[in-house]
Amino acid sequence: MTQLILLPILFQACLAVLLLFFYTKTKTQKVLSIAGSSVNLVIASLLFYTVWVNGSMSVQAGNWSAPFGITFVADTLAVTMVLLTAIVGFAVSVFSAFTIARDRLRFGYFSILHFLLMGLAGSFLTGDIFNLYVWFEIILISSFVLLTIGSEKKQLEGAVKYFALNMLASIMFLTALGILYGLTGTLNMADLSGKVAALENRGLVNVCALFFFIGFGIKAALFPLYAWLPDSYHAPPTAVTAIFSGLLTKVAVYALIRVFSVVFVVDEFFSQLFIILAVITIFSGGIGALVQTNIRKFFSYLIICHIGYMIIGLGLFNEIALAGMVFYLIHDVVIKTNLFLISGVIVKIKGTSDMRKLGDIYNDYPKLALLFALSLFSLIGIPPLSGFWPKVSLILGGMEADNYLTVGFILFGSFITLVVVAKLWAQVFWKSSANLEEHEDFSYFNKLRKRRKVAILFPVVFLTLVTLYIGFGAESVNTLATRIAGELINVQPYIDTVMGK
Amino acid sequence: MLFAILIGFLWACVLVFAGTQLKGRAAILNAIVPVGLFVYFASFIPEVLNNGPILKTYQWVSSMGVDLNFNLDGLSLIFVLMITGIGAMVFIYTSAYMKGSAHLDRFYGYLSMFMASMLGLVLSDNLITVFVFWELTSVVSFFLIGYNSRQEDSRKAALMSLGVTGLGGMLLLGGVILMGSVGGSYSIQELLNSGVVFSESSSYILILFFIIGAAFTKSAQFPFHFWLPLAMKAPTPVSTYLHSATMVKAGIYLLLRLSPLLGNDPSWNNTLMAFGGITMLYGAWHTLFRTDLKSILAYSTISALGILTFLIGIGSEEAFLAALIFILVHALYKATLFLVAGSIDKASGTRDILKLGGLAKYMIPVAIAGFLAAVSNAGMPPSFGFLGKDLIYEATLGTGTMAIFITAAAVITNVLLLYAGFVAGIKPFVGRLPEELVDDVRKLSPVIWLPPLILGVLCLVFGLFPFIGESLVRPAVEAVAGEPYDFHIKLWHGFNIILLLSGITIASGFVLYFLIRPSQKKVDLMEKADFIGPLSFTQLSSIGFERISLMWTRFFTSGYVRYYLIAVMIFVIGVVGYELFIGTHVYMDFATLKEVSFYEMGTILIMILGIGVAVFSPSRLTALAALGVLGYAICIIFVFYGAPDLAMTQFAIDTLTVILFVLVLYRLPKYLKLSDTRSRFRDGVIAISFGLLITLLILEVLGQPVNRELSAYYAENAYLLAKGKNVVNVILVDFRGIDTMVEITVLAISALGVYSLLKLQMQKSDIE
Repeated sequence: MTQLILLPILFQACLAVLLLFFYTKTKTQKVLSIAGSSVNLVIASLLFYTVWVNGSMSVQAGNWSAPFGITFVADTLAVTMVLLTAIVGFAVSVFSAFTIARDRLRFGYFSILHFLLMGLAGSFLTGDIFNLYVWFEIILISSFVLLTIGSEKKQLEGAVKYFALNMLASIMFLTALGILYGLTGTLNMADLSGKVAALENRGLVNVCALFFFIGFGIKAALFPLYAWLPDSYHAPPTAVTAIFSGLLTKVAVYALIRVFSVVFVVDEFFSQLFIILAVITIFSGGIGALVQTNIRKFFSYLIICHIGYMIIGLGLFNEIALAGMVFYLIHDVVIKTNLFLISGVIVKIKGTSDMRKLGDIYNDYPKLALLFALSLFSLIGIPPLSGFWPKVSLILGGMEADNYLTVGFILFGSFITLVVVAKLWAQVFWKSSANLEEHEDFSYFNKLRKRRKVAILFPVVFLTLVTLYIGFGAESVNTLATRIAGELINVQPYIDTVMGK
Repeated sequence: MLFAILIGFLWACVLVFAGTQLKGRAAILNAIVPVGLFVYFASFIPEVLNNGPILKTYQWVSSMGVDLNFNLDGLSLIFVLMITGIGAMVFIYTSAYMKGSAHLDRFYGYLSMFMASMLGLVLSDNLITVFVFWELTSVVSFFLIGYNSRQEDSRKAALMSLGVTGLGGMLLLGGVILMGSVGGSYSIQELLNSGVVFSESSSYILILFFIIGAAFTKSAQFPFHFWLPLAMKAPTPVSTYLHSATMVKAGIYLLLRLSPLLGNDPSWNNTLMAFGGITMLYGAWHTLFRTDLKSILAYSTISALGILTFLIGIGSEEAFLAALIFILVHALYKATLFLVAGSIDKASGTRDILKLGGLAKYMIPVAIAGFLAAVSNAGMPPSFGFLGKDLIYEATLGTGTMAIFITAAAVITNVLLLYAGFVAGIKPFVGRLPEELVDDVRKLSPVIWLPPLILGVLCLVFGLFPFIGESLVRPAVEAVAGEPYDFHIKLWHGFNIILLLSGITIASGFVLYFLIRPSQKKVDLMEKADFIGPLSFTQLSSIGFERISLMWTRFFTSGYVRYYLIAVMIFVIGVVGYELFIGTHVYMDFATLKEVSFYEMGTILIMILGIGVAVFSPSRLTALAALGVLGYAICIIFVFYGAPDLAMTQFAIDTLTVILFVLVLYRLPKYLKLSDTRSRFRDGVIAISFGLLITLLILEVLGQPVNRELSAYYAENAYLLAKGKNVVNVILVDFRGIDTMVEITVLAISALGVYSLLKLQMQKSDIE
């Protein structure tokens, strides 16, 4: 039964390798990828269900008992993330099949996409901090390849920035690992929990934790480490950016949550550091979006803005704030992916991503506009849609901690999101579009065959339905988030699961 | 009841798919929804009046304390009847007024959603669901104001109103959560029953800030009023329904609803009275300087909202009674006047009062409606307005020491409002018809003139039969005041000071109406003066904010990788340096220095030399060679410390790296010195600081005891359990085999990536 934990990783690995055998057969690749993603969705749901019913479980790789081998742990947070990865992966796989150019598909696009998904699943499930580093390497290299595949000028320009900063993040992570191993002599996170707590040199422990924080902070795009994100996310094809925006910053947030709940404690210093950086992140992201003219850069800044919410939750570290954080994380993964898919459809309709030239979507495609509006509203957190509920918990958490700075900035963040999205709506949906010259060789949305249109919109509809469920079924999501928050505050069950007690 | 509230949303969903069927004459069928709802809610009247509130509970997000609890009490009842009743009139009116509009189905969809949200807002007992519906009304309002979405003015007005009401929404969210956090429940009923006294809480002022701020933005109180005149860009039915009769009263509703919880404290009362007072005078004063019918009505609405806030601020039972009656009075006459203005616009093609006159003979029913509404607005007997105004004066006179000033303010406001009502409701119909209009006046269908006429007649009926208003309002006053209050509304009070004040008001109003003529000059004058108003302040500060945003964004995302790296480095140096300085005691044990051998010293000297050459050399190849030397020196150190296998690996890698680099660099153009001395100096400082930081860190780490449990286990069991003779190999392929497997995958992916980088040339047609 516990072998099920490894299945999401192994399945993606096998799928990615299998796809390599059909390197130039793009049609087969499409079918395999979509079918595989569907199966993966079933696997992830099964794993989620098992853990939801039976509680956390673990498996020791090679049967070397912890802490000597590498442990994989499926606790509620991990399987939730795996499930979200499967949902988003499925949507992006379908979207890729119908939008990514043939040339890119002929150079291993799908294979690398599934390697990326494998890396994500591995990061969520591993219980070993060095192994986490290795999964991060997979994520870094496969995202880099996805970013460059096609070798357009803007892609390469973005890729250089992406790689330089993320490599630096990995170095920080590795430095931290070195120090931690030097101090404790172990790499198993559950084992580290007790050993780090027992260390006397708290200053050094904090320095070590800081390096972890900086490493993950760069990858999560926190202020002032976020600059690489808006400079690279607009470059690759939409499907690629969609999966990046849904999961890459979030896996770093996940790592932060994991490390600062199991290994380190969020003490006064870290609490303040997190909160201060988080509120400036909200501010920077929000005002960054305010001044953008490219629709994808616009959404990129909003990714940054909303990372702040989650870090606030981590900084407050009380049960209600953590529940809000987890809820927000769940909401954010789905909504951000969908937003980029939506931006992709808009670009497909109009042939430009310049918001000054876009327009008329509302008048020409009212039903599409309605569909997109649902996601945009969820993003803002128009109640009772999905972005709203976690904010209530976060605000409550802030009030419980008597930290009104966080309350103020959560409200500010919501407000600025509202304003910028309304502005986007006025520009892209309401306004008459500029006279755009028609690119001869661009496959415009309305020139596509009906079946293809439906296929492109299917993932958007799918993710919108998930988002609507998160909003209207807030009760069940909140129950889940609260359970995870409980597990984050009391990590003893996690440790017991890993150490086999 | 849940279904009744949600039916508006369901109807909107139906319209999305079947909306095109309901065009033309069939559009009037949309009115079935509000009419049906009106009848449905009206059927509750006897029960609410006799037996008290009706409560309905539905589970929702119980784990957050958010359930759909609906409470139909006296206060909700008044609002519900207003929302559905006026809604019915507006729905009917729209079918003719908006005839031929391309997106009538959408328009009805928005109106239905608005009605549902508004019903939800006034019926919710849970503070969070109040917020939920509150936000929905703001959003629908955004779409309705921007209905003519291709006009830039409409878009701007929509954004501005959403900005202001959205800000209020955030305040409300903060406020209700804080109230829930202080009071332990989001249910208003439970809060009332629990006896929690908010004014004794330390968060009371903050709660007031949040809640009052929310109410003021929504109900257009000074200085947030400016969005309302802008919102007049919306089609007239929207202005009638949202921006005068119902939505703008949501803030008033909130204040009334929370009065029993938050009221009865000087900070609450004085704030409301001060802002309400300013708003009512400010709004009324501005009507003198407008010529556009809707603009006049917008400012008089602001003024009326000011009166309501002001009355709630007074906080006595008389004041609550006056406020509740005035809500009905205002809703009736203002809705009539808006519909009249819309009808005039529809018939003559203009809303400019300077171009209008003598329309009575073309549209008698509309003229009657306008007259009745203007009379009620003026507070002349026997209209409903007369009752309302009397009650207001009764309330202001009962305020004690300040009564004279307060009453004077109320009188001035009412005089100015009378003027505004006459200009909007009577002036267009009397006098001479301008010549350019003579041939252009179109005939209006009954569907257009009937709704305003019905509402206008109601203004009179409610006045002639005071018991209607009295019995409707009785339970509401009880709900707001928190205890039963005995009162009796009559048309005739006998000769007293209130009658005198009424007389003064009406007389001065007439004088004003005949003395002052609206003119373009006044409009221009006010436009100049508006330069220092809150609107231009908001516009200026939003421009300023955008500038700052641009500067900030450009500073932190300049587009240059070097600055990004610098930002990270400085951050690391700052934060880690701080923690290292505060939390640890880095020291160096000089005693151990003696153990450094001659060979080690020599190697280190070579390393330093290598770094120096690499940094300062003007040639790439020399720098590269120096880096190679550095690498080899590190290998030698490994050898000194008993790790020859590691040294061999490092040696091979270093050699390979240098060779590869030489191959690549050889093809690059000649070395150029692109950075100036200042930036080199800056980079040098950052690099040295970072190096220093790492050095200190390593010194600190080396001073710590080492835990060898893991390595001991590996050394012991590599052969026994894993059957391998080389511990490192066993670790790599067995103990931590997964790491190795994944790292190999990394290599495979890199290979794929390099291949595509080298080989793939995108066709132009494929570029997205």
